[in-house]
Parts: sequence; C-alpha cells; structure tokens
Amino acid sequence: MRFDGDLAEIRFGAGLSPLLPPPASAAEMLERLQGPDEAAERFPVSGFATAAAGAGTFQKLRRQRNRLAGKSGYEAADKAFKDFRRAQNQARIGWHGQRLLRHIHTRDGFRERLVLFWADHFTAQGKTPALRVLAAPYAESVIRPHVSGRFEDLLIAAVTSPLMLHYLDQFRSAGEGSRAAKRAKRLEGLNENLAREVLELHTLGVGGPYSQTDVRQLAELFTGLSISREKGFVFRPGMAEPGAETVLGKTYGGGKPQLQQVLSALRDLARHPATARHIAWKLAVHFVSDTPDAALVDYLADRYQASGGGLMAVYEALLGHNAAWAPELRNVKPPFDFVASACRALAVPAERIDALKPRQLNRLLLAPLTPMGQAWEFSSGPDGWAEEDAAWITPQALAARLRWAMAAPRRLAQGLPDPRDFADAALGGYANERVQFAARAAETQTEGIGLILSSPAFQRR
Amino acid sequence: MQLTRRSLLTRSAVLGCSLAASPLLTPVTFAAAPWDTRLVVIILRGGMDALDVVQPYGDPQYAGLRQSLSGGPAAGAADLDGFYALHPGLAPLLPLWRAGELGFVQAVSTPYRDRRSHFDGQDLLEAGTAGLGQAEGGWLNRLLQQMPGVEARTAFAIGQERMLILEGSAPVSQWAPGAGLLMSPQAERLAGLLMEDDPLFHAALNEALELTRQDMALGGEDGGEGDSAEAGEDMMASMMTAPKGKAHSEVAAYAAQQLRGDSRIAAFSINGWDTHFRQAGALKGALGRLAETILALQSGLGPEIWGKTAVAAVTEFGRTARENGTGGTDHGTGGAMLLAGGAVRGGRVLGRWPGLAEADLYDRRDLMPTADVRGQLAWLLHGLTGAGKSGLETDVFPGLAMGRDPGLLL
Repeated sequence: MRFDGDLAEIRFGAGLSPLLPPPASAAEMLERLQGPDEAAERFPVSGFATAAAGAGTFQKLRRQRNRLAGKSGYEAADKAFKDFRRAQNQARIGWHGQRLLRHIHTRDGFRERLVLFWADHFTAQGKTPALRVLAAPYAESVIRPHVSGRFEDLLIAAVTSPLMLHYLDQFRSAGEGSRAAKRAKRLEGLNENLAREVLELHTLGVGGPYSQTDVRQLAELFTGLSISREKGFVFRPGMAEPGAETVLGKTYGGGKPQLQQVLSALRDLARHPATARHIAWKLAVHFVSDTPDAALVDYLADRYQASGGGLMAVYEALLGHNAAWAPELRNVKPPFDFVASACRALAVPAERIDALKPRQLNRLLLAPLTPMGQAWEFSSGPDGWAEEDAAWITPQALAARLRWAMAAPRRLAQGLPDPRDFADAALGGYANERVQFAARAAETQTEGIGLILSSPAFQRR
Repeated sequence: MQLTRRSLLTRSAVLGCSLAASPLLTPVTFAAAPWDTRLVVIILRGGMDALDVVQPYGDPQYAGLRQSLSGGPAAGAADLDGFYALHPGLAPLLPLWRAGELGFVQAVSTPYRDRRSHFDGQDLLEAGTAGLGQAEGGWLNRLLQQMPGVEARTAFAIGQERMLILEGSAPVSQWAPGAGLLMSPQAERLAGLLMEDDPLFHAALNEALELTRQDMALGGEDGGEGDSAEAGEDMMASMMTAPKGKAHSEVAAYAAQQLRGDSRIAAFSINGWDTHFRQAGALKGALGRLAETILALQSGLGPEIWGKTAVAAVTEFGRTARENGTGGTDHGTGGAMLLAGGAVRGGRVLGRWPGLAEADLYDRRDLMPTADVRGQLAWLLHGLTGAGKSGLETDVFPGLAMGRDPGLLL
C-alpha cells in the first residue's frame, strides 16, 4: 500500500487545508488519534454534566412560570424562562461553531470523523424542549473520550447515558414484577425500545442472530437503568424485573438485581462475532464505499475479533488495507462534512466564526444543513444518517448545496481566494481538468469558488 | 432591497431564456397524462396506533387494555358506526366522513412480522414485497414501469424525506417546495460541465434546474421591485435555510398544485407516530397534521379534481394492544389505513375485526392483521389506473394474491 497524504486527508480526515499539511503516514494519523485531544482543548464544547444541569434549570424555570399563571409575578417568571431558553439555543449554536472550528483547524481530522461516525452510530436526541440542546455535549462527553478505546466501553457509555436512556424510553421502563410496579398506583411497565435498538443498531445488526424473545429478555434485563435529576445515570434495583434473563442463550442475574449484570450482557454483545461483522461493515461503508470490498470487511471483522473489539486495531487495519485506498473518490460527503470541509478549504479563521452573532452563525452554518437533507442533531430515527450517496444527492438537496456554496463563502472568508488557487487548495491532485476549466471560466470570484465546492470532486471523498 | 416573488420572476425570465439555449436540457413536452384519476400516498412514519385512531370501543376487551388511553364517545371521540369511534385529533375530517369521502381499513399490515423495526418495516411497506430485498425500489415506481405514457412528472415524491416507494427505473420527480436553484447562465453551464461525467450529480442538477423553472412559472402573484446581479446572490443566501412554517401544509399545497397539472401520483411522509411515551399528547399532534394535510389537498385540488382523487395513508405497523407503562404503546403488528378523497367509497370502517381477547392477538400482544395492506393498495391501483391484476400480483406487489375486491372506490 502506498500512502497518499491528500487522499488520507480527504477520505479519512477533515479535507484539505491551505494552512495545514496533510498527514505523512498512517502511523502519524494513528499516533495523533492516541495523543492529546488538541482540537477539543482549543475549541471547547460544554460537557454533558454541565449541559444537563442547564436542562434542569430550564425545567425549574418553566415550572415556576407555570405555577404563576394568572397571578402576579407571571411576567417576570415568563421572561426569566424565555431568556434562559434563548441562551440555551444560543449555546447550542455556539457549540456547532466550535465543532466546525475543530474541523477547520485540526491536524487530527481522523478523530473528528470518528466522533461524527460513532455519535451517529449511537444516535441520541433530546425529545423534549429542555433536552434538545444536549446532542453536542453527549458527543463530547460520552462518545469522544472513547473513540480510540474499546467498543464495549463506548457501548456501555452510550447505553448508560441519560440522553440515550431518555431518547429510547428506557428510564421509565419497569419490570412487571418489580417493587416499583407493585407499589405504584399508576400502571408501570416494560418498554422494549432501547433493548431492540441495542441489538438491531448498536451491536448485532438487523440481520443478526436474535429473536423477539431475546429483545424481550434484554428489555427485562435493562429494567433499572434510569435517570435521576441530581446524579444523571442511576441504577434503580426497585425497577428491575426479578429473576434471571436469558439473552442469546446466556443467562444473566437471578439474585439481587445489579448493574454489573447489565454491563456483562453488554460486554458479551460487544464481543459477539455478529457485532464484529456489523461494525466492520459500517466502518467500511462510511469511510470507503457504499459497496465495500468483501475482503476489507472480513479483514476488519477479523481484527475486531482478535483484539476483542479494540478500536485502534480496527482503524489500523482500515488504514492498512489496499481496498481502502482506491484512488477514485466515491462516498458523497454528508452535509455537515461538506460544509466543514468547505470552511477548511477556505481557511475560515476562528476570529471570523467567533465574531458571528448566534443568529448569523445559525443562518450561515447550521440552518442550511436542513434543506441539504440533514436537520443537524435530529435525524429521523435512532439509525442516524443515511450512508448511500443517492440519499444525499437528490435534486432539492443538491440545489441546497449549490445555494450554500454560491452564497456562504463570501460571507465567511475575508477576501475570497483566486478560484484557480482555490482549486488546488481544496482538491490538490484531485483538481481535474473540468474543475480547473470552471475555475478559469467563472464570471465572478464568488461563482468560481461556489462551482469548485459544487464539483463532484469536492463533494465526494 | 426587499426581495419579492416578483424580482425572482424577473430573474427567472432571464434564466428561462438561457435554459432554452442550454445544451444540458432537452426541451420537454408532456404528452397527455396516461390516466385521469389522482392518487396521493402518505407514509405515516413511526407506526400509527390503529386502536387509538379508529377506536374499537364496542369491543369488550378494549377498555381494559387502554386504561389511561381510554377512547370511545364517552371520552370525547366521535362515534362512527356504533363500534368504532374516531380520535378527536381527526375531528376536522368529520365532514368528509359524513360526505362519504373518508374511510378506514382496520387490522391490515404488510407481511412484516416479529422484528418490529421501524426501518425495516418502512422499507417493506414502500418496497411492497413479502420480504426485504426481494425487488428493486418501491411499488409505486414499479406501477409506473407498467403504465404507458409515463413521464418524469407523472409522479412526484415531495419533501426532504427519502421516498423509497417511488425509487426505481421509471422516471419520477422529487422536489421540496421552495428549494429552487438560481444561478447565472454561465454558472449553470459550468455546473453542468463539472457534473457531466458523474451521473448521480448530473441527473440531480438537471432536474433541479428544470423544477426551478417550473416552480417559477407556476408561482408568483405579488408585485415587487426590480432586479440585479446582487439580488440573485442575496436570494440564494436567503434560500440557504429551509422554508419556515407548517411544512406539512406546504407539502400538501405543492402536491395539489402538481396534481392539478400533469401529475397523477404524489407521495410524501408525515412523521411523529412513534408514541412510546405520553401518547395522548403526541398522537393528537400527529393526527392534527394529518387532518390539515388532507384538508389542504382537498382545497388545493378543487372540487373537480378532488372528485377523482384517492388519498391513502399507510404506516409500517400498528402498536401493542395493551398500553405500556409510560402512557404509550410499543411497536406492534396489525394497523389501520386511512382513505380519503372524492373517488373513495367512504363513511365506512372496512376490514375484518379480529377481536382483542388475548387469544385473538398476534403473539398475544398486537392487533392481529386480517388482511395484507398490499391487497388493499393493489385494488386501489387497479381501480384508479386500470393496471392489470396479473401485473399487480407479479411485478408491483410480487407474490400477492389480490383476492376479492374490497370495494374501496366508487
């Protein structure tokens, strides 16, 4: 395998930059990934605990306001609530700007890509107004610290995260024979949602070797995983279904309900051969092609199995396999990656993004993702964003990309580059003849830049 | 400068001239549409709870299964026929029910069983096959493949959502209202050149430009100011974000606009049916959007075309018969389909009722499906388009036995 720095940065990283050199070797990429997280230090995003405390304040202010309905003091309470809500939304927009800045200025682009990949694999969304800002803090605290560790730790972090427990309705699921169900006046019961998605999406995959009985048993085993306002994630033995549960032929628990029983089931699921294949296939599809080489998938699955789900070993295998380096650019960048890599090619300075008011930042860099088909942080379900190229390049979504490419750069970069230079900066050796011709022939600088960003050569990787 | 529809129109006149000269586009003339009735298929994503929408309050088991979600006329639902009652969220459609332009089929499902995954369930509903991966694309597209005289504009997928139901080798259009693309003639030509050797991008670009031209030609009544190069760029900037407001009503209005012209089929989605938690509030919101959508179609189509229109709203599966511990319901099996339009024989709840006693449930938990929803859809297609039964049973819905005509249409 011959290492190609430009291709490495385009396919596995954040895209080419006129300011930062591409990696010199696969070893360098892996080394940076294991080194200090410089981008996160330079462009901080709120951690989950802090942001979740904000959600608590949101609920408290809303309760105070509602209590005062029709009484004196309502207006002040209403204003306090609305001011806080606005501040929360502005914070969310700010975190989006920070995440873009990481993509623009990092020398560790593979890490940014992996955070996006795993946050999507473990999609969790805030379903209530108080929680809707939490996706970025979740990616920050739950996903990001584990992307170079072991899959089982990532799985456990995601499945026990308060946002996931809320998103997939786990936090109120009580075993039918549990103390809570017997004591509570209102009907308590089991909810299968998280258990099903753990098997179908997070571990074995939809074709995996499990049955409805396994879903039900895992849902019973999961009872007790819950949330407390003060502590975040808690295990409540009183909600747990008494007795043992059998998942994929293995029996867990039986005595006093304990978190350890849930965690050991998750570890077993993480190490299952079907999980190895599922994760290998997803990584190959995401980074290489919608229809990845079978040998590549086999190789990644083998390395996953051999390392017990050690993600560094799997990444090393991915970067070391010939099939991952086919020179033809294939996968279409999803909208976030498209916008982030365009900003990187334009070398948008941190001061420029910092100077944008939240409204401007939203209008230029967040809201445009929706008509491109990616309502950011709100995919249509727990299966996250589509991988198929055809899902992204529809007439209306392509039109939205072109509209952004023609209009946004002028508002982001101070002084646009000459399109001919920009073609080289953005595409390196992938600036083909068509791109170079368009860069020369465009009537205005704005259109020239817009066209280069619109080219399939830039939109694929 | 304030930008209005008018300044867009002025601009589009220029754009129109350049398009005529553009080598990218072959001039398109539309032949007379191959049939005259209209079909709207709405995919209700998330799994609509049949038992809460068309409430079988006459079933002796119903009240015991639905304790906090109790329905029926006593809880404010409109009685339909002495056995079923309609969820109050659909009350705006009661005039249609009384006019015989709204009906339901209860206890139907796709052949999908047991895994109860939204994603596979929706894929199967849209694929129209007995199992996953048994045919390419979606059943509406395979219908188009059988019909003579089909143009890209005959069928429209509308909105930002992927619509597998219309994917396949027959040409279809896909657009979201307000998603236009405005470029200088030179930029348009260069974009075409850049994408020429990438079929996915090239096809999408050509269709975007063509649809923009049509969108401009269709709309625009308000007056406004003039035009400049700057205005075009600002317009692109203002269109970077998604259109605000009630997206579902806009989609319905756009569908009606296309169906008043040469289009015969429109398909789009309404999301928000996955009511695991506090269903009472969530379902009301989703049903409100569905009702507004149907009323927007009715008013947008006008009486004449509404008279030959059938709207079918279908979902990937129903939900558990018994409510769960969190005021909601979990993924189930048997569901309900909604029919509306002047072409349907409404005012009735069809479908064989399986009962709700535990032994009558599917897997002792879900409403038992008593008919294949594909059979209902096949009869609908047969009645609306004249598509032959053998083609429907072998190609559109491979392996389906259509059975007896359920008489969904007038």
